[in-house]
Formats: sequence, C-alpha cells, structure tokens
Amino acid sequence: MTAYRPDALIASDISAYLDLHQHKSLLRFLTCGSVDDGKSTLIGRLLYDSKQIFEDQLAALENDSKRVGTQGQAIDFALLVDGLAAEREQGITIDVAYRFFATEKRKFIVADTPGHEQYTRNMVTGASTADLAVILIDARKGVLTQTKRHSYLAHLLGIRHLVLAVNKMDLVEYDQAVFDRIVADYAAFAGSIGIRDFTAIPISGFRGDNVTTRSDAMPWFTGPVLLDHLEIVDVDADADRVKPFRMPVQWVNRPNLDFRGFAGLVASGTVRPGDPVRILPSGRTSSVARIVSMGGDLDVAVAGQSVTLTLADEVDCSRGDVIAAADAPPQAADQFKATLVWMDPAELLPGRAYWLKLGTQTVSAVVRAPEYAIDVNTMARSAAKTLALNDIGVAEIATDRPIVFEPYAESHDLGGFILIDKLTNATVGAGMLEFSLRRAQNVHWQAIEITREAHAQQKGQQPRLLWFTGLSGSGKSTIANLVEKKLYALGKHSFLLDGDNVRHGLNRDLGFTDQDRVENIRRIGEVAKLMTDAGLIVLTAFISPFRAERAMVRSLLAEGEFFEIFVDTPLEEAERRDVKGLYKKARAGEIANFTGISSPYEPPLAPEIRIDTSRTSPEEAAEQIVEAIMGVWSPVL
Amino acid sequence: MLQTSTMDTAPASPAPLTHLQRLEAESIHILREVAAEAERPVMLYSIGKDSAVMLHLARKAFHPAPPPFPLLHVDTTWKFKAMYEMRERSARAAGMELLVHQNPDAKARGINPFDHGGLHTDLWKTEGLKQALDRYGFDAAFGGARRDEEKSRAKERIFSFRTASHRWDPKNQRPELWRMYNARKAKGESIRVFPLSNWTELDIWQYILAEGIEIVPLYFAAPRPTVERDGMLLMVDDERFRLRPGEVPVERSIRFRTLGCYPLTGAVESTADTLETVIQEMLLTTTSERQGRAIDHDQAASMEKKKQEGYF
Repeated sequence: MTAYRPDALIASDISAYLDLHQHKSLLRFLTCGSVDDGKSTLIGRLLYDSKQIFEDQLAALENDSKRVGTQGQAIDFALLVDGLAAEREQGITIDVAYRFFATEKRKFIVADTPGHEQYTRNMVTGASTADLAVILIDARKGVLTQTKRHSYLAHLLGIRHLVLAVNKMDLVEYDQAVFDRIVADYAAFAGSIGIRDFTAIPISGFRGDNVTTRSDAMPWFTGPVLLDHLEIVDVDADADRVKPFRMPVQWVNRPNLDFRGFAGLVASGTVRPGDPVRILPSGRTSSVARIVSMGGDLDVAVAGQSVTLTLADEVDCSRGDVIAAADAPPQAADQFKATLVWMDPAELLPGRAYWLKLGTQTVSAVVRAPEYAIDVNTMARSAAKTLALNDIGVAEIATDRPIVFEPYAESHDLGGFILIDKLTNATVGAGMLEFSLRRAQNVHWQAIEITREAHAQQKGQQPRLLWFTGLSGSGKSTIANLVEKKLYALGKHSFLLDGDNVRHGLNRDLGFTDQDRVENIRRIGEVAKLMTDAGLIVLTAFISPFRAERAMVRSLLAEGEFFEIFVDTPLEEAERRDVKGLYKKARAGEIANFTGISSPYEPPLAPEIRIDTSRTSPEEAAEQIVEAIMGVWSPVL
Repeated sequence: MLQTSTMDTAPASPAPLTHLQRLEAESIHILREVAAEAERPVMLYSIGKDSAVMLHLARKAFHPAPPPFPLLHVDTTWKFKAMYEMRERSARAAGMELLVHQNPDAKARGINPFDHGGLHTDLWKTEGLKQALDRYGFDAAFGGARRDEEKSRAKERIFSFRTASHRWDPKNQRPELWRMYNARKAKGESIRVFPLSNWTELDIWQYILAEGIEIVPLYFAAPRPTVERDGMLLMVDDERFRLRPGEVPVERSIRFRTLGCYPLTGAVESTADTLETVIQEMLLTTTSERQGRAIDHDQAASMEKKKQEGYF
C-alpha cells in the first residue's frame, strides 16, 4: 500500500512536509449508491487507507463491528461513516454527511448521500457542491434503475466528472467479462441522457482492490485506480477561471466616508486593478481601483476567492448587484424556464409567491404550473399540475423584479437558486435556470406622470385595500356592502370586488382546487393593487382560505394600505345559517373542495380588524370598520 | 500571507487555489452572508485554536472595518488563566466588543467540575449559552465546530436551525445547495452558523502557521504542574484545584490539544514548543483530538444528544 501519510518525511523534516501540503488542491466529490452497493464501506476504506482513522476510533470501530456490524468478526467500515443514532439503528444513512481525507496531492471532501428513492433531495444537495460523482454499482446486479437515477441527477446538477465504480468485484471472481458488460450497458444509457464521458473502474471496497492500490486480482484492468483518478481530475473552480469575470456583491464595506468596498466571492473569471467593470442590473460602468485584503492589496483575484473590491467611481452598488466584466456582462430578466427539484413535504402551489434566492439576490417569485414532470427512474416526461417532495419538473418562473443571471450550464453561482416558503421559511425547492423567456431589460415601464399619489390626491383620500376573509356564509359580503355604502356617503371613491363580479369574468376559467384558489387570489390581488394605484379604496370579499396568499397580496401593497378583516364566524354557525344552501350540498358530497368541510381554512393570526359576528351585528361591524379606517386616516393635503 | 504565497509568483496566470485558500474563501463567504442577512449576529468565542482561526477569518472578511458583530464568551469561570488573558488581547486587537456571560444560577449554586460532573457542562455551557442568546436577542451565532470532530457532526448543516427553545431537530434541517444559505427564520428562532464546517484539524493548524495567528500558549509544550487522575493528565492551574489524598503536583512538560475547563481537559506529555513540532506530533499521533475531552466518553452518540439539548 502507498503511504498516504509519509510518516518518514513528517518525522525527518516537518517543514518540508508542511510546505508540500500547503499547496494541495481540494476536490469535492459525491458518492451515490444504494444501501447494498457498499458505499459506506468504500468511504470507510478510503478513510482507513489514507490513515484518517485514529487508534481510539479504530478501537471503537472494532468494538462496534462485533456488536452491530454486518461483516461478522471483520471490520465493518460502513460503521465509520454512519452518523446519527437513529440511522445507526436502522442500518441506513438517511442524510447528507461530509467526510474528509487527504493524500499527498489533494484534500478531499466527500458528500455521502443515501441511495434510496425517497431521498432525491439529499442527493441533489450533495451534488450541488461536487466536482465529481462516484456512481457505485454492485457487480452482481449491474446497471439498475437507481444507477440511472443517480447518473441522471449528477448530470442534471452539472457534475462534469463521473466515475462508474463497479464494486464487489470479489464476489464475481474478478471477472473481466462481467465488468465489460456492465460498462457497455452503462455507456448505452449514459449516452442516451447526454453524459458524454465517464471513467469506469472495477473495485472491491471491502477488500480494497483498485481503491487506493492496484489490484493483483484484476491484472486485465489497466486504467487508473480510484484514488489516483481522484487526485488528477481538474476542479470546477479552476475551470471557472477562464470565463468572464462575475462577482455577486454580498456586503458593502463602509467603515468610514473615505472607503467603500464591495465584498463577494468571485464566481468566475479573473480580476485585476484597472479592469473595466459593469454593475448589473443598473448597467453602470467603472473600473476596479483596488483589491483590498488584510495582508495588503492584491494584484489579481480569481474564481473561488472571497475578495473586497473598490471602484474608481462613485457608482451605486449594493448587495444583490453583480460586478462583471464590462465587455461581457450577464443578462437580467424576470421570466425564466427552469428545472425544479421539490424538497418539501408540502407540494408546490403554482401561482403562490415564494422567495427565490439566487447568488446574493432575494426576490419574490411565482412558479407557474409545471410543463411536465420528469420520472427520475425512466427519464420519461409526464404532465403534472404540481410537484411533490422529491419530484423534478420543468416550469416557468416569474420574479417581481429583474434578476441578474446566467444559464445554470454556464454558471452554478448565477444559475442555481433555491425557493423559500414565505410563511414557514423552509427551503422548499431548488432550481436551475435554463434560459430567460424574454429580456426584462427590454421592457421599460412607462414613466407615468400622473402618479398614484396624484390619483389619490385628486380623490381626496388615501388608497386602501380592505380584505375581508372568512368562511362561506360568515357575512363578508354583507358587511363589505354596508362599509362601501358608508364610504360612499362620506364622499369616498371605492369599489367592491366579490365573487359575483370576479368569478363570472376575470376568473371564469378557475375552479376550486388549491392551485386554482391560489391563482384566483393572485389575480384579485393584482387587480386590487391596480385599483389602489388609481387611488381607490378597494373592498374584497372572498373566503381566501390560505395565509400565504393573503400575505402575498399584503406584500403587493404599500405599508399601511392593506387591512385584513377577519369575519370570524364559527363553522357550526355558518353552517347553521347556510344562506345559499352550499354547506348542505358540500356535506352531501355534491361540492368538492368546500372550505371548512373538505378544504382547510387558515384563520388570520394578526388581522388588522377582527369581527366576532356572534356578538356584533353587520351594521355595528361596518361602523367599527369605517371608524378604524378613518382613525388611521391621514388626509392628503 | 496566504494570497502572497501563490499570487506573487506569476501574476499572468496565478496558480490554482490551494485547499486552504478555498476553505478560507468559503468561510469568509459564510461570515458575510450572515452579517448581511441576520438581524443580530454574534460570534461565540471559546478562546481555543478554532475560535482563533474563526476570529481571524472574520477580521479578513470585513477588513478594513472591524467585524460587524460582537464576540461572546460563555464563561464557566473554570477556564485556564492563560485563556482569559488571550481573550482580552484578541478582542482588543480585532476592535470588537467582548461580551462575557456567566450563568448566574450556576454561580449561585457553586457549580464546579469537581462536585457536579456532567451538570457542570450542562449549567455553565448549555444553559449559559441559551441565557446569553436570549438576553441579548442574538438571532445568529457563529460557532467554531468542525464536521470532522465527531461522527454526528458530519451531517450538521453550516446553518443549523434552533427552535425558540434552542432545540436542534436533526429531522428538520434545511438542505444547503451550492453556496446558497437560507437564513430566514421566525421570531424567536435562531441559527447556529459553523464557518469552519469543512476544515479538519490539520487544516486549522496549517492555517495558523501560514497566517501567523496567535494562539493560547497552552498549545505549546512547557513545564507545568500536573497530576495524573483517572487516566488523564490534569494541570493544576490555580488554587481551586482540589488535590485528592496522596496527589502531589508534579512538573511535567505538557501541552494541550484542545482547551476547555482546566479540571476537565487532559494534557499530553510533549516537548513540542513550536507550531511545526506541534503539527508534527499531531500527524504522528494515534488518538483523535476529542479523546482529551471528558464529555465524549459516555457513549458514542453523546454529542448528538447534547446538541439536541442545545449544547453547541
């Protein structure tokens, strides 16, 4: 075995050793395989053979191997890497774990991800930072569905180097024919999904064949052993260096009036003082004055480094902007086609607004209904209305303002994004931008001289959106009508949007599924917003059962203009009244997705106004609402 | 300096980034993300070598400004004297505010490592940390933990979410893709952020050497008064050390691989008194770093349990 920690040099000349190791590069790779492919064993073997395991750990390992190991009295390397207690009991790994080892040439970070079906999410996570993927195949089983799944996901995430590790060769008598057949099968499949190149290596993780040392049992194999291959492939950061310069601005460093630095990690390219740059999305140009660092200014910085730049001119530039090569800037757009991986137990709701984070930009974004979903086992496309946990699909995305981007294939930093639920704050999805549907920079808003303030001033009022929400039959429309009459009497300009004037026209095409409800509210919100731009006081009376949509509408409006009015009538009471006979029909199963019966209602947590209809008459309620609004009324003068 | 080692050679085509340069860039990126997105970040400063590296990275990340957050030391009153000296010096050098929190309850009850065993860590450190975070309303706390330290940490996220009651739920952590971290949270929730997640013990030492970072002298061998107890070599750092019958402090040449409360931290006999020789010993040694800490010996999954309870 090669000595990966050259103890002799450490002992004889530590300075020489340290100097050698000071200049190691770093490779991040991912291992994928199922529970039985011997993935953990392989990683354990790499750690063991590169002497990353200390005696106390080894003693614990030997102990554990005898107690819970699956290899009899032999050392079970898998136990080295199976981390959390719950997982150990189940005997499987269920999350992404990161391991570290080093050789003389490189330091390695291994993302260990589970192979079984329900954890696509974990593999995608591990793959997003990997330069290389090791796809494990059990030599006895050959290319399986999961092999295809892993390869597809690795390819989808843009991993440039694939290694096909045909494992457990010891169990097929180290037979070259078995290996050759598997490689041929795999090559046929890989070509079909666009994988151009891969490296196949026959190994035995358990016995150590061709992992760190060349196997005597397979003289027919003349390619590199696994570790040698891992030591020589090029890493992404170095490949990104030849692309045009881009640096997403993370932080504006402003310790005093004389210094304004823009801090960020160089996503691609190279930068030197004097280089002309363009700030996106504004398009302003300047040039780099200094590359500031604590140890003195730098002459050059490259992809992968965190730096602080100062510019020659006083240009506007803040977090979320991208500083780029002046002659080759990236685009900005607000509508995209993207591949999405859904990562949350709650499925995608097309039309709902999520936070989209890309680089250092965070914007509100709406995902339209997917064009299709992709079966990760067969790569077949199928129609889909939504995406559930671990689903992958292609959809259009619209952001509320243009973002600076590049296609994922060109830049992982400016093409990869995550989606965040606005209420739970969970990371619900990840995506890869393919291309923009149109260039947002070509769309110029008309410079409107009659501003919304002018509209409001003309009417002598401040725009408001009074958003009534509550169960069917709670009394929303009744109260809203009374409020509007009172406003009219006060000489205010208003308009009431309700089911009667919206469902028959604007939203005629929508039904009552969750997705349609979301879209219904989105449209109403947008229309209401335009009406407030026109200076109106808008009243809406819709069940609007979901908090997220109400929050989305709230976010459309200026601070203080949105009034959420919760018409609080208990379900039993609304059902007892049953003004339109709908509850009876719903109970009889004649109406699907009826709020309160077969579809949830999420009551507001902090409405501006709450009307308890068991204690307040509609007339009193209307009085209260008008008073509340007038109370916070600041007349426009 | 790191940059100059590669940058000076050939400005026309700089050498590929080394593993230390990439680790440094990643950590700085993480520090800046948190500064940009959290409302009230703080850096937990434990005075050890990992904290020293983390603090150094923070200074580099925000240079020429001082890091835009304070340092917080959750003190147990039982650290080595040399650590307290280093603490003041480091904060001053960085131009940062230093907050020290000592759990008043543990203080009132006289909790100490001699009488109270595991309760000592629980009250001073775990409870003390929660108290301090609540008291100042910090919503993001940097910690110097590394994934290579212990098996359950291998799966820890870089941004680790804690409920309003500071609990860690291993089943409910956010996926981390690319260099994208989701730092959004509800009121009361907080994040622990580990900028050194991907560093190994050797990386830390190499970086200290490359950057000339000052560390507590206890990491270097020197003659110090010691007693041998329960298989550990303990240093008699002050008069509070309770000698058992028959124990007489003996001067030995020792150093420490990790630093904590002095009565709980085992030393190793050594003559390594320079960074190079310390690293040499580390590379030739045959036991892992955490072995010197009493906390891990209970059971293999003990760290995971402690983490769920809110220990860092």
